[in-house]
Amino acid sequence: MTEELHEVRLSVNGAVHVVRVPARRLLSDALRHDLGLTGTHVGCEHGVCGACTVLIDGRPVRSCLVFTVSAVDTEITTVEGLTEPDGSLGPVQQAFKECHGLQCGFCTPGFLTTITAGLRDNPTPTRDEAREMVAGNLCRCTGYQNIVKSVERAAALVEEGRQGPSRNPAREAGSR
Amino acid sequence: MKPAPFAFVRPAGLEHALEALAGDPGAKVLAGGQSLVPLLSMRLAAPSLLVDINGLPGLDHVTCSGDGVRVGALARHADVLADQEARRVQPLVALALGHVAHATIRNRGTTVGSLVHADAAAEMPVVLKLLGGSLEVASATGRRTIAADDLFAGPLESTLAHDEIALEAFFPALPPGSGVAFEEISRRHGDYALCGAAALVEDHRVSVGYLSVSDVPTVVDLSGVPEAELGDAALEHLEPADDIHATADYRAELVRVLTRRVVRAAHEFRQAAS
Repeated sequence: MTEELHEVRLSVNGAVHVVRVPARRLLSDALRHDLGLTGTHVGCEHGVCGACTVLIDGRPVRSCLVFTVSAVDTEITTVEGLTEPDGSLGPVQQAFKECHGLQCGFCTPGFLTTITAGLRDNPTPTRDEAREMVAGNLCRCTGYQNIVKSVERAAALVEEGRQGPSRNPAREAGSR
Repeated sequence: MKPAPFAFVRPAGLEHALEALAGDPGAKVLAGGQSLVPLLSMRLAAPSLLVDINGLPGLDHVTCSGDGVRVGALARHADVLADQEARRVQPLVALALGHVAHATIRNRGTTVGSLVHADAAAEMPVVLKLLGGSLEVASATGRRTIAADDLFAGPLESTLAHDEIALEAFFPALPPGSGVAFEEISRRHGDYALCGAAALVEDHRVSVGYLSVSDVPTVVDLSGVPEAELGDAALEHLEPADDIHATADYRAELVRVLTRRVVRAAHEFRQAAS
């Protein structure tokens, strides 16, 4: 028996892709195998570890718990979509680099997507809120201390980025 | 860890979804999928057809009125939890939702789906039962309302027929002068609870619902029981079991501890509100 294939239009990191996949293709597998976006990692494959977390319409979701055919009409952001338009690291990525928030890096894409959305909801997390933000993601290397520091550093970087343009006197003058 | 093959439809209207479901006795409804997809991936379930209801219009509502909170089949846990009006009308819903898995799971998983999944280790089934809520379901032949008391048949088994789709859950409002509380104990926050309890205190009535203790969500009437005897009185109606996470004795002890805590907290809630 050949399995029926479904044509699915996926919008990933602002680009539209059309894939032909069986209904059982997990979104995590479609991203990695069909689109070659291997930044999304697959750990436990049953929703526990958080490594495969992507943003669906801006919210963190386990891509191993979503079928590709169910992801139509959504906007998906993977870790590849977290860099700045000029290719430099986004604020959460930069914070992980500065704070040594990763060792082997396997779990990191899931943390980066989760924290990116988490800081949008809560731009100034307390230490406890930073811990809660990453509570659904497992890391076997770091012991989490530097990941929590990275959340706090990322919050500071996002805040600096927000203030950045308004510190530009020319722009301020122009807007008045 | 890949699901077995299945056929798939994503209807744009309820009628079409109900027809598809009626046409295949092996069909299952897919909403948030946060419980169903792992079951499929671990090959604990192998439906012949999935009817994806995520494209159906008008089911993602959280509607509050004086009599309670109505939650549509596509309202995600996160949406219900964030709804300030729902929190005011029936605070127990939000108190319990904060314990449902992790935020990432709550972003996709639906409250109605959790009820239909009927897991005795889940928070929302026991909340619906404790509050005397109900579930509105539809099939190709009509609609009916299932009272929470009649909804949970056994482990992971609800009384929905295979051709029915749950459309909306109803959580009754907190009556004036009453109090609620929710607590659970798990190895890590967001994990399945080793034991959990929800309390409702109105006038002289005290009732407590338990998760992760018996095979089905269980509510016990503890009206008139002195505080020191609450846990033992509850245990007369419960059958804590052994599993890999906890022994039956340990669970029984958690029932004693949590029962006292939630009943006290619900009394305090009530006093603070009055």
